[in-house]
Amino acid sequence: MANIKLPKPEELSKIDHKPPQKRWMDTPAEFKQGMYCYGAKGKNLSAVDFPNARDWSPDDKDWKLPENWKEIVLEGMKERLGKYRSFHIFMDICVRCGACADKCHFFLGGGDPKNMPVLRAELLRSIYRKYFTASGKMLGKVAGARELTEDVLKELWYYYYQCTECRRCSLFCPYGIDQAEITMIGRELLNLLGLNTDWISGPVANCYMKGNHLGLEPHAIKNNIDFMVDDIETITGIKIEPSFNRKGAEILFVTPSGDLFGDPGIYTCMGYLMLFHELGLDYTWSTYASEGGNFGFFTSMEMAKRLNSKIYAEAKRLGVKWILGGECGHMWRIINQYMDTWNGPADFLEEPVSPITGTRFENAKATKMVHIIEFVADLIKHGKLKFDPGRNDQFKVTFHDSCNTARGMGIFEEPRYIIKNVCNNFYEMPENTIRERTFCCGSGSGLNAGENMELRMRGGLPRANAVRYVHERHGVNLLANVCAIDRAALPALMDYWVPGVKVAGVHELLGNALIMKGEKERTTDLRGDALPGKEGNEDA
Amino acid sequence: MGAIVAFIAVIILVLIVLAGTGAANLHFLLGVIIPYLTFVTFTIGVAYRVVKWGRSPVPFRIPTTAGQQKSLSWIKDSKLDNPSTTTGVIGRMGLEVLLFRSLFRNTSSKLYNGSIFAHKWEKWLWMGSLAFHWSFLIVLIRHFRLFMAPVPSLLHLIEAFDGFLQIGSPGIFVSGIILLGAVSYLLFRRFYIPQVRYISLTSDYFPLFLIIGIALSGILMRYFIKVDVVSAKELIMGLLTFKPIIPKGIGVIFYIHLFLVCALFAYFPFSKLMHMAGVFLSPTRNLANNSRMKRHVNPWNYPVKVHTYEEYEEDFRGKMKTAKIPVEKE
Repeated sequence: MANIKLPKPEELSKIDHKPPQKRWMDTPAEFKQGMYCYGAKGKNLSAVDFPNARDWSPDDKDWKLPENWKEIVLEGMKERLGKYRSFHIFMDICVRCGACADKCHFFLGGGDPKNMPVLRAELLRSIYRKYFTASGKMLGKVAGARELTEDVLKELWYYYYQCTECRRCSLFCPYGIDQAEITMIGRELLNLLGLNTDWISGPVANCYMKGNHLGLEPHAIKNNIDFMVDDIETITGIKIEPSFNRKGAEILFVTPSGDLFGDPGIYTCMGYLMLFHELGLDYTWSTYASEGGNFGFFTSMEMAKRLNSKIYAEAKRLGVKWILGGECGHMWRIINQYMDTWNGPADFLEEPVSPITGTRFENAKATKMVHIIEFVADLIKHGKLKFDPGRNDQFKVTFHDSCNTARGMGIFEEPRYIIKNVCNNFYEMPENTIRERTFCCGSGSGLNAGENMELRMRGGLPRANAVRYVHERHGVNLLANVCAIDRAALPALMDYWVPGVKVAGVHELLGNALIMKGEKERTTDLRGDALPGKEGNEDA
Repeated sequence: MGAIVAFIAVIILVLIVLAGTGAANLHFLLGVIIPYLTFVTFTIGVAYRVVKWGRSPVPFRIPTTAGQQKSLSWIKDSKLDNPSTTTGVIGRMGLEVLLFRSLFRNTSSKLYNGSIFAHKWEKWLWMGSLAFHWSFLIVLIRHFRLFMAPVPSLLHLIEAFDGFLQIGSPGIFVSGIILLGAVSYLLFRRFYIPQVRYISLTSDYFPLFLIIGIALSGILMRYFIKVDVVSAKELIMGLLTFKPIIPKGIGVIFYIHLFLVCALFAYFPFSKLMHMAGVFLSPTRNLANNSRMKRHVNPWNYPVKVHTYEEYEEDFRGKMKTAKIPVEKE
């Protein structure tokens, strides 16, 4: 399985959206290489006490299920129908109008009818009808009900790991039926049988034991940031001294660990470091709560809560006043919609107030956690930051709204306000592809692995298409975003569909433009590329 | 396949009435017992389903946010598409239920020249659904003239509007025509759009055929095969006052109409038609996006096993000290 060939873009873009003649219930899932991830490793499942921990591969015929697997799934469904009104209602009220069908990026980019959100939901609904409704028990197939067999279970696994929980379908559904919610619960059921992927269960185990998905140990976090500090000194002449696990700091800063490792995440991180230094912010990093993201969210609510608990626990231990969060997608859906409910109340913290402008963040007065984009938009509005947007003139920028911050929060104006202040050239993608209608990167919810590259390229096609539109029309060469998974996933997507477009976090652009007190004349941007007009002055 | 089964089912319902009013002489069953049973099934069934949904809690505040959040004072928030207050939620729900806000947003995405997507506003489903639901409601309200004596003036007003065309005698009610047209469109798109055909179940076709049957029999009764309206009203008033009577000679078409209506209402609580009640309870639409401002409590929240800081420091104390990261225990 090491060499899964990715077809050429010309081949991949031949998409047939017409469903086959044969009815979907009579068509078992065909596992197509490049469309799914490796199975979870036993050691990663047992590290967090997940059931049925064993090495396992979806390619094997025998999935090493427990004897009573069917009972476990049905019992699990029953429990969740009683626990989640969302799940119960979404199982009952769909009228199959089809409004969601062409809203899913996986259906648009792949054409597999089971990736229409309505049908992806029907995969589970058909089981619900068979075992939990009178009509399904009596009428069977006529009522859209079917037996839960091993083939059906495999089909569920295949398609519930072909959904990025982006919620685009739920925006268009007349009843707000949210496939993300159904996928989350479907994955919980699969996790009761140990049916997870390597790409998700590895980071979960890492995050639980070491504090972050990448498994960076405390000294490695410090080392990585020290490297960035050195680079910043080279570029600006300014030496920054961040602190770690410092008690008594005013603010705890939490960001996804993707920002600490690898290109282009680290440039965003350099932007944070420069900003905080310039403000003289009294803040600390934590090596224990060193992950804003939460791959637990892609396994079960309980696991997500277990990982998320570290943020409040660390804020309490360090005695900070409030928490500031970096650029991330699903991290912010969790902070906005789950964190306080899981691990609150955060009554040991204070209502967040910007120490620079005095602005009270009323919208975060319960969770006590502020999005860095809100924090910075407020600073700019109060004239607290000076910029030289010309230092971003090498870029023609467009902005990708991340699914989670778009449809699970609604942060649209703030990032655009910042970009327009730090860049001179900004172009929007077509209106049906941005803001609440934004298209997913195709790699969210733990699907940004390597072995499922075809899936990712297909899922990302609608997004890439919209980028190509502004690339061809306005010469856009930079795709800005506020999400660590975007920064990890979009470069590959751009290279594949729209070569010549780079990917950057908003704070990388801010770092480029930020005029710092006492800085030397900059000749390069944060990536070390020569600034416009400074091409001759580069150090060798 | 699903469509054929559903169509046959509706035909059988009609045949039952023909047999019942013909040789079997089951007028009392069709005109009295079945309407009463339907009423009981519908009310108890709907109440049961809603209570059952209501028993499942809403552990998390998960609105689908469809506009700018409320954050800084100088950024205009989207009060209806991303409400942060109860008033906003009521507004959002109002728009959803009365005007089908989400469906109004509908786009169709098509692929051109290989790999270029065009996402266009698609208004037909929204228009068809809106026409269908509103005309159905008006037709239903108009029928209250058969349930009420004297007929309230509001009903006269609705009838006046509905009959504005003033063609022929009896005057044509536009709502009935729109209802038949809209429901036919909804059926047509299930056949015509390949993706929708692929996902359609028998239970999607059945209510459509049933409603077409109801609308057709109603139109036939009003304009073509006249029935004795005074007797029909007598029968209905008899049901309402619990003094059921079966007036003679109302006409078979009336019984067909009544029986199909009963079938629809009796089927209601067991089917997707429950979306009428469900939409109000949908957690992605009926909650304010204010969970950072106001704590939302999960009634079944329970303590979980976590990896504490102390355990973490145990694992890494040496490395932390070497890297000059502060520790709790030296």
